[in-house]
Amino acid sequence: MQALYAQLLVGLINGSFYALLSLGLAVIFGMLNIINFAHGALYMMGAFVAYFLLNLGGINYWWALIIAPVVVGIFGMILERTMLQWLAGLDHLYGLLLTFGIALIVQGVFQNYFGSSGLPYSIPDQLKGGVNLGFMFLPIYRGWVVVFSLVVCLATWFLIEKTQLGAYLRAATENPTLVRAFGINVPRMITLTYGLGVGLAALAGVLSAPINQVRPLMGADLIIVVFAVVVIGGMGSIMGSIITGFALGVIEGLTKYFYPEASNTVVFVLMVVVLLVKPTGLTGRAA
Amino acid sequence: MAEAKLAERPVAAAGAEVLTVNDLQAWYGESHILHGINFNVRAGEVVTLLGRNGAGKTTTLKSIMGVIGKRSGSIRFDNKEIIRATSDRIARLGIAFCPEERGIFSSLDVRENLLLPPVVRPGGLPLDQIFTLFPNLKERLTSQGTKLSGGEQQMLAIARILRTGARFLMLDEPTEGLAPVIIQQIGHTIARLKSQGFTILLVEQNFRFASTVADRYYIVEHGKVIDGFANSELSANMDKLHTYLGV
Repeated sequence: MQALYAQLLVGLINGSFYALLSLGLAVIFGMLNIINFAHGALYMMGAFVAYFLLNLGGINYWWALIIAPVVVGIFGMILERTMLQWLAGLDHLYGLLLTFGIALIVQGVFQNYFGSSGLPYSIPDQLKGGVNLGFMFLPIYRGWVVVFSLVVCLATWFLIEKTQLGAYLRAATENPTLVRAFGINVPRMITLTYGLGVGLAALAGVLSAPINQVRPLMGADLIIVVFAVVVIGGMGSIMGSIITGFALGVIEGLTKYFYPEASNTVVFVLMVVVLLVKPTGLTGRAA
Repeated sequence: MAEAKLAERPVAAAGAEVLTVNDLQAWYGESHILHGINFNVRAGEVVTLLGRNGAGKTTTLKSIMGVIGKRSGSIRFDNKEIIRATSDRIARLGIAFCPEERGIFSSLDVRENLLLPPVVRPGGLPLDQIFTLFPNLKERLTSQGTKLSGGEQQMLAIARILRTGARFLMLDEPTEGLAPVIIQQIGHTIARLKSQGFTILLVEQNFRFASTVADRYYIVEHGKVIDGFANSELSANMDKLHTYLGV
């Protein structure tokens, strides 16, 4: 039983990362119509910024949670201004190829300087240790990651679905020309949206640093699964991507317990089934 | 030169010129749609562009709003040249646009649709006045925008641009596809807005409707303004009008 709970927890942790990443992808896809293949590389950059802050500047984890998303978000906004914006109106394939290229370059540069092995990043003192819940031992940091990710996801959902800013965003996703004709600077909003989506990826990177170490290819490994999550959940929906992210993490965890051989493929099997039955994804709108 | 004179001829309202369009040309991709549009609108007037389908009326409105990529000539609004301005800046100068397809957002509820266009200057209609004009909207605030009937969507599309403080409204075929009783309500609304000092540039196919609200008319054909007259000259121009519109 202990092992089952442990796998459930691992599933929830992975689900947190899936949710944060697929949420960013959904937001970016909605606004920019770009399938952001650079997302994994930007997630990795988030972890590296946290690593640099700690080792070069002595700036701790808590500050990194704020600074890394901002730094990577700004990097993303520069990418959007200088490259992605010129792809507006073109086929998805161009955005996918461009961001895939960006991902390869960014990962290549980091690999050149840091190799492929992981750099350690320790858990902040306040979150060290664990609590015995009776039925299982819960490392505090892991519990923190799940709760914090959930809060960030819900806050993002609230921002997009319940605020005036979110209304601009949703409206501009539907009809950017008209929203601009109402007096809203849509190009600037698109840049900021890309920054937000990318910032979420960087935040996930910081959260993951103490668990998975900091590696140049940490995002490349994860992003494939995240894209499967996005396909299953459907590109159009914010809440859909959050729920699908967490749910698939848990399903993976359960598979690890009941049938470990399939744990690495279960997400892709589900993806195939969903694509066959409902090609727009469980919660998605037709593209 | 003849066209410039044409633009000045009909004088109905005494207000100052707020919009002056000179030799406006516009393109959709490679196709040249407007070939030199000339007309003006004075403060407080309701001016209607008439013409057959595809004559270039909608393109004229869209060019003024800045949403047509390629345009040339001159559009002066409030003594500012806006031919090169982006549409968000044009909106902030006080021009509001109600598109032919209405543009109600399906991912927004009625309230969000209504509150979407930002206030660009003071002097917009407060919400309670908007609900007096369009009582239906008040009862549907939490409905999804596109769940409204066609008439209600049209009212929502007009209502949301009244809040913004823009005093120059462009309405593209607001009566299209609507029941007579709703057309009447929109007519009353336009009259009421005019009496409150709004300036309105209207595009209409429905000439009968236009004649109940307009001060002046311009006839658009093949991307040019070919004629114009005031409402008082309407009966004298009826025969010509029938020829232009083919009705």
